[in-house]
Amino acid sequence: MPADVAVEIAGLNFRYGDRDVLKGINMTIPKGSIVAIMGQSGCGKTTLLRLIGGQLRAREGTLRVDGTNMHTIDDEDLYRLRRRMGMLFQFGALFTDLSVFDNVAFQMREHTDLPADMIRDLALLKLQAVGLRGVRDRMPAELSGGMARRAALARAIALDPSLMMYDEPFTGLDPISMGVIAKLIRDLNQALGTTSIIVTHDVQESLRLVDYVYFVAAGVIVAEGTPEQIRASTLPYVHQFVWGEMDGPVPFHYPAQPIGALIRGPALAQGGSIAAGSLHA
Amino acid sequence: MLKTTADGIRRTGQFALDIAEGIGAVAVFLGLTLRHSGTSFQRFSLTLREVFYSGVLSLVIILVSGMFVGMVLGLQGYETLQTYGSAESVGVLVALSLTRELGPVVSALLFASRAGSAITAEIGLMKATEQLSAMEMMAINPMARVVGPRFWGGVLSMPLLTALFIAMGIFGGYVIAVPVIGVDSGAFWSQMQGKVDVGHDVINGMVKSVVFGFAICAIATYQGYSAAPTAEGVSGATTRTVVSSSLAILALDLILTAFMLKG
Repeated sequence: MPADVAVEIAGLNFRYGDRDVLKGINMTIPKGSIVAIMGQSGCGKTTLLRLIGGQLRAREGTLRVDGTNMHTIDDEDLYRLRRRMGMLFQFGALFTDLSVFDNVAFQMREHTDLPADMIRDLALLKLQAVGLRGVRDRMPAELSGGMARRAALARAIALDPSLMMYDEPFTGLDPISMGVIAKLIRDLNQALGTTSIIVTHDVQESLRLVDYVYFVAAGVIVAEGTPEQIRASTLPYVHQFVWGEMDGPVPFHYPAQPIGALIRGPALAQGGSIAAGSLHA
Repeated sequence: MLKTTADGIRRTGQFALDIAEGIGAVAVFLGLTLRHSGTSFQRFSLTLREVFYSGVLSLVIILVSGMFVGMVLGLQGYETLQTYGSAESVGVLVALSLTRELGPVVSALLFASRAGSAITAEIGLMKATEQLSAMEMMAINPMARVVGPRFWGGVLSMPLLTALFIAMGIFGGYVIAVPVIGVDSGAFWSQMQGKVDVGHDVINGMVKSVVFGFAICAIATYQGYSAAPTAEGVSGATTRTVVSSSLAILALDLILTAFMLKG
């Protein structure tokens, strides 16, 4: 594995029970880059992130993080490796019994012997970076969704990780909070030299932010490229996803019997428009 | 007919297998908890915090229940004993009932309902909101940081709560027997002092409460940790904690009593 590669995946297969979730995944993520993994909900994006973080283990293929084989790593080495990783969860996953400040200081207290004064200063600097120094004494339940995500980001970068993973960082956020999170991801990437992997289905915000994109559909990488290449792609799946088209390779209707086999009587006679008609009545 | 009988046998067999599997899973989880218990003692403040949440916050229900149980024992005991002309022995009856059986068993049932369910719900919700996953990703083992302190906090709290339950029960029995009914105070205390054996009664009662504490905390932490990460999953796990703990307490009580009486 070249020294400038943070994550290298080759021929990775993963299954839950007898259901194939990921099939033949190949991926190379250079150090210092921001890479997005996109796809529909349930396509296997988050599973891929959990495999990279060592929360799940695949039996087939190879997955190396910073040169370490994640399939054969023992618990002790995995925990050592995770000290160099950070992860922002979809809804923050802040510890609800700790204040914002204590959440950010949590890892420093657990993993370092730094004096309390220094931990206090470092935690305040992290909160300053995400603009939340003013709410350090609040509990997570007192924060808005966007603020909780920013506080979780401050906690995730507490030990200056070399690899940051973001699981749906934009989900459920208003446009302002979305822009703030995107800017923070970019700024942190530049300031810390971190490699960032973003799992998302928010196309437009992500294409503005990232260096490279992998598209996953039904557990397979169907397309990859720079944001410009993705925007210009004529591949039907990518085109439908990027431009939010209702029908295409991903059909509007979930596979089912023909409607005539299910609906009889007046609704069928009127071409199925009776429901719409009754709404207007 | 034959098919119905075969189905019945099959269902009974499956039920027995499920119970055995459940006990096995809790035992494995208990082993893991003990293996990762170092943090609970090296950073004892974490365990003390859980003693507060499991023990101190259970004090009200334990003390009030102990008082009422002791009062009822005083009333029932006096009613029965006076027909034999030995009403002064009511103190012995109250103390022996509480130290040997009612103290450990009732306080454990209350502890399972109050603290066991809270432990399950807390760990289950931490799992549902990905707090445990976040901890793992921070290279912090939730078994050591979350489960261990809650387990040991509960185990340490249980005998202390039982002792307080027994003390309040004896006080409740005294209030009913001496000031209300008029049993002689000296006879009440002296007979109790003469008949209650520290080794055979008090220590055995405490041994029971420690065993119950282990069982409740193992079940509560296991159910929370293995709960499905949904609202329904957490609520089901909380219910299972109370039901399984109550059954475990009663079954263990029978086994322990049989061994103690034999010894």
